[in-house]
Amino acid sequence: MALQAIAFYLFSAIVIGAAFLVISSRNPVHSVLFLILAFFNAAGLFVLLGAEFLAMILVVVYVGAVAVLFLFVVMMLDIDFVELRQGFLQYMPMGVVIGSIVLVELIFVLGAVTVAPEISAPAAFPVPPVSEQANTAALGQILYTDYVYFFQAAGMILLVAMIGAIVLTLRTREGVRRQKISEQVGRRRAEGVELVKVRPGDGI
Amino acid sequence: MEIGLGHYLTVAAILFTLGMFGIFLNRKNVIVILMSIELMLLAVNINLVAFSAFLGDLVGQVFAMFVLTVAAAEAAVGLAILVVYFRNRGNIAVENINVMKG
Repeated sequence: MALQAIAFYLFSAIVIGAAFLVISSRNPVHSVLFLILAFFNAAGLFVLLGAEFLAMILVVVYVGAVAVLFLFVVMMLDIDFVELRQGFLQYMPMGVVIGSIVLVELIFVLGAVTVAPEISAPAAFPVPPVSEQANTAALGQILYTDYVYFFQAAGMILLVAMIGAIVLTLRTREGVRRQKISEQVGRRRAEGVELVKVRPGDGI
Repeated sequence: MEIGLGHYLTVAAILFTLGMFGIFLNRKNVIVILMSIELMLLAVNINLVAFSAFLGDLVGQVFAMFVLTVAAAEAAVGLAILVVYFRNRGNIAVENINVMKG
């Protein structure tokens, strides 16, 4: 139990510290790297909660795809980040005020929350003990049966996002020579060869 | 010391507040704003998984997975819009984006 507490405090401290550095570091590349650190430690928190599958998905999807996408975009775009940081201190007071209001409200909610015993008793899909069924298998068992339509909808969202991203960023450059096979194959003799009758001694 | 539901909810609340604070702090840098949104979604996911674990119900984890899907799609489309905007305007200053206003 003590080990679990140590792990919890370690992971959550690193998550919060990394999140703070994400929003406050000067260089956006560092921000992305701290975001990756935050995701890794959030995955650690998920493992502590017994959600191994989500933890691994977090590492694979967020660290492997989303954060690397951010890294690509930050490094690809040639942006003067110093200019973008102007007004950092100007917005600080308002951000501090609103942030602290929200934090205080959330703390009030947390202080008042109690889980009614009659709610927690009948779980719709109870978590099976780890000795009987792994987390991934249990999740798959309800995801592919009771939540199959939601699963399909999630796939549709990803498809639409993929098509949207491709349509947005695809461009046809002007003045680029490309091989057009249909034109090559459809070429006729008349447009490719010209027969000129040359009279002797005249030249063309 | 026992780690209860309240501990996880506190971490998620702090993370959510930091994400929101980041949006105010980096109002000009849209990349950091997108990262802050990712942080807020991560906080929501921690909440969902914590409730799922402490109430013993798997549905919270299923829902967290859908939140993850939407977050990934949002990041992809947002960054694509950002790249197109940069290609057209040469910078990503957020205050100039009101050119789309009718």
